[in-house]
Amino acid sequence: MIRKFAVGTAALASMAGAPAMAQDIAVKLGVLNDRSGVYADLSGEGSVVAARMAVEDFGAAEKGMNVEIISADHQNKPDVGSNIARQWFDVDNVNAILDVPTSSVALAVSDITAEKNGVMINSGAGSTSLTREQCHPTTVHWTYDTAALATGTGKAMTLAGGDKWFFLTADYAFGHSLEENTARVVEENGGEVVGQVNVPFPATDFSSFLLQAQGSGADVIGLANAGGDTVNAIKQASEFGITEAGQSLAALLFFVTDVHALGAETAQGLSLTEAFYWDQTDETRAWSERFMEIHGAQPTMVQAGVYSGTMAYLAAVEAVGSAEDGAAVVAKMKDTDIEDPLFGTVSIRGDGRAIHDMYLFEVKSPDESENEWDLYSQVSSITGEEAFLPMLEECDFTKQ
Amino acid sequence: MFELLGIPPQVLMGQLLLGLINGSFYAVLSLGLAVIFGLLNIINFAHGALYMAAAFVAWMLLNYLGIGYWPALIVAPLIVGAFGILLERTMLSRLYHLDHLYGLLLTFGLALIIQGLFRNYYGISGLAYQIPDALSGGQNLGFMFLPNYRAWVIVASILVCFGTWFVIEKTRLGAFLRAATENPVLVGAFGVNVPVMIMLTYGFGVALAGFAGVLAAPIYSVNPTMGEQLIIVVFAVVVIGGMGSIMGAILTGYMLGIVEGLTRVFYPEGSAVVIFVIMAIVLMFKPEGLFGRPA
Repeated sequence: MIRKFAVGTAALASMAGAPAMAQDIAVKLGVLNDRSGVYADLSGEGSVVAARMAVEDFGAAEKGMNVEIISADHQNKPDVGSNIARQWFDVDNVNAILDVPTSSVALAVSDITAEKNGVMINSGAGSTSLTREQCHPTTVHWTYDTAALATGTGKAMTLAGGDKWFFLTADYAFGHSLEENTARVVEENGGEVVGQVNVPFPATDFSSFLLQAQGSGADVIGLANAGGDTVNAIKQASEFGITEAGQSLAALLFFVTDVHALGAETAQGLSLTEAFYWDQTDETRAWSERFMEIHGAQPTMVQAGVYSGTMAYLAAVEAVGSAEDGAAVVAKMKDTDIEDPLFGTVSIRGDGRAIHDMYLFEVKSPDESENEWDLYSQVSSITGEEAFLPMLEECDFTKQ
Repeated sequence: MFELLGIPPQVLMGQLLLGLINGSFYAVLSLGLAVIFGLLNIINFAHGALYMAAAFVAWMLLNYLGIGYWPALIVAPLIVGAFGILLERTMLSRLYHLDHLYGLLLTFGLALIIQGLFRNYYGISGLAYQIPDALSGGQNLGFMFLPNYRAWVIVASILVCFGTWFVIEKTRLGAFLRAATENPVLVGAFGVNVPVMIMLTYGFGVALAGFAGVLAAPIYSVNPTMGEQLIIVVFAVVVIGGMGSIMGAILTGYMLGIVEGLTRVFYPEGSAVVIFVIMAIVLMFKPEGLFGRPA
């Protein structure tokens, strides 16, 4: 289950003629994510590819750092994830765990990481608890959280005239928290929630719930669900002519791989918030092109976040001079202004929350879309300060 | 305005119709299971995986060979049915003399393997399959907007279900089939090739799952887990209808689709379990199922 990819930097560094370094720093990174289940496409092997690219681009070998990457499948189960994390820290001498989608697994792994003084650079999970109720000095939450998604989509759509909202909510903790976050943002911006329905999870047929949403007279139907549920809901909304009749859909957690699965024909006009899209700047395009060559699909924001988080982590390890003390490395990361090729200006707050811009996108129509991955046009950007929740005083580890 | 249980009749009509559409899928799938169980005594757990496989076959036909929806509606079930015959010949036929449980375990394993293979090659996000042009758009019925495609699903499933029932219950071929399950040796003595008949029956049952898979491809996400989510519900439908009862499976499929649809209005949180609650009640009071004969 655990695959090893020796990056071979040691061999390179020790080759005849390589300049002798002051000290050789050994770093072992573990990419822990879903390699076979619902999140395998948006994290999975693509995140491992991204981590390897980061090690290469950072020039670890030239800097005398010996970086090794291993990976494992946590199967979206907290017990499986916890066991792997413990084994990695205790037996395999892993210094940092990367990615970790699925909030329940991420929260379990963040506790273990703190206990072992390792580092978790989380890209895949959405729970705000990682930097709030369960904050640790060894956690960095890089890419997004549910609050940022709610602010991005909820605020923009309410201000654009979508006053009345109806939620289709996946009936478990994640769905309810996403609905709650978004409803708060909608009401703060002068909108109102006219109704909601709890949809059993997972579901394939949404027609009945969509009809209830249609009957409610709402302007916006908020989809507080994820993955296959959201895909089916959007597909069926288009079939029942709901979008044509003037109601808009807001996907509150949706990734570029999901939009690709739906196709522009069905997903057109959909609003969604992401932290990264491959076709934003020359730098994101160049990086994504390399990624696509290796992986065969465009990167999601989660995979891009693994790349950028790894870069920032390696820079901090280099500055500290060792990867042994996880808390010290994270403290260094918080102390550094980061200019990232993919996320722009990033600063890591005292609670471990990485602050960067978020973007509101709209899915292009098939006429506008030039190829199968040409899917988004950018509507607006939201500053990090606005998108993410304010820091809790007790979680500011720079002051402790 | 007149209201029923706090819900306007228009809304209720809409939900009844939607329930009927979902019931169409339950009916076609549970019919296949009932045919296979009734005539082969195999509890075919691979049914959901084969339903999923047919949706993928339809997608492959379109994207690799340019074959559209209408031919795929015939071709994909044939391909999946042929695959079913292969499974029957090479594996299932060795288990007929053993307990039901062995067939169940084998087909369950096969389901996991088939699903794993599709997951490995096509990922988990699913694939897009468009509604055929002839059936896009819809009718405004006054109380709801009925997409043409959904109307077609109801018509197609009713035709297939009652066609199958007619062949098995009312024709000479059906009589042979039923006789062969009662006493294969005796029917064989009359010169009927029983193993071939059994093989074709399994192929037909699987092809029914394939037909449902192609019907589902344009409205549900074509992804490797689509069968897994449905199969448990469909088994409950078969149990409620009575294991092996052809008409029972069909009627129960439509009926439970409607019950589930209504639950989605009155108590949406319970709509995922309502079928299992009914199953438990039926098992308590009429263990042979609503339409089954007492053993």
